[in-house]
Amino acid sequence: MQLILGLTTGIIFGVLLQKARVIRYDKQLGALRLKDMTIVKFMLSAILTAMIGIYLLRDLGLVELSVKSLSLGGQIVGGLLFGIGWALLGYCPGTSWGAVGEGRYDALWGIAGGWLGAALYAESYPFMQSTVLAWGDYGKITLPQLFGLHHWVMAALVAVAFLALFRFLEKKGL
Amino acid sequence: MRKRDPGSWSPYLAGALSGLLLVLSVWIAGKYFGASTSFVRTAGLIEQTVAPDHVAGLSYFMKYFQKNPGIDWQWMFVLGIFLGSFFSANASGSFLWTPVPDSWRERFGPGAGKRGVTAFLGGAVALFGARLAGGCPSGHGLSGLAQMAASGYLALIMFFVGGLVVARLLYKGR
Repeated sequence: MQLILGLTTGIIFGVLLQKARVIRYDKQLGALRLKDMTIVKFMLSAILTAMIGIYLLRDLGLVELSVKSLSLGGQIVGGLLFGIGWALLGYCPGTSWGAVGEGRYDALWGIAGGWLGAALYAESYPFMQSTVLAWGDYGKITLPQLFGLHHWVMAALVAVAFLALFRFLEKKGL
Repeated sequence: MRKRDPGSWSPYLAGALSGLLLVLSVWIAGKYFGASTSFVRTAGLIEQTVAPDHVAGLSYFMKYFQKNPGIDWQWMFVLGIFLGSFFSANASGSFLWTPVPDSWRERFGPGAGKRGVTAFLGGAVALFGARLAGGCPSGHGLSGLAQMAASGYLALIMFFVGGLVVARLLYKGR
């Protein structure tokens, strides 16, 4: 059942990604070159909608959060590495498969590279655990906890910031 | 910079629908979106065919294989992204067999070899970084920010910092 749910969810997500044209190299590099912010609009709209829905359902006791640990070393070093590779590849892990679905088969090289990167990470994991991942480990923490705010106050602040960014991007025609 | 593209949807609309899809997925299946763990799974499954004992000795692979030794929800989700994009691109006539993306061609020429090597290296660095950071733009970006996770915000900012710098170096003065 979980497998069918995963496949169905993926198919719908794939259609939405393709319709919004966000799985293309030109769009991803467009954002990184600050020329075309389509992927940022897509991503932040998805986050805004999901944030409201998830926190509503959580208040009703219907869903649980699944927060990843904050590790300054992991997210800063790993995040920078991801960014470097992302700009070279021009797709991210999920969108690379979507890009192949659209016929952009240069993404296949990126997927093969990704398997190698994942395998190399598995080799280096014990080393990373005792070094980078241990630097600044704050555990599973959310912004409302970090700033000591009620989650709907924090969500409202996030929403205002995102909407202001959308307004700015539309004004600039990006 | 934006060109008219018939058949494309507003990124705000497609993004909001994707956010709704994430809420439904968390509610129905208890699953947050993510993509990069599927690369770990595939890499481990491939490596198992040649060196099963080595894979069994790596704690990183075992972390995932102990929960599920084969394919899981996320693996099917990523397969779904490929299928959804494929259906959508074919249904709307936007499927295009493309060896080299347009903006890459303008900057680096039509050579598929140069593009393939860069994409492969980029994919390897990106996935290594994503696993060190604990996720990619799906897991940290969409799912993390939707939960207002501190780790998600830090990771997404670092993804863009790394990406902006490399994109600037690649497309200097353009």
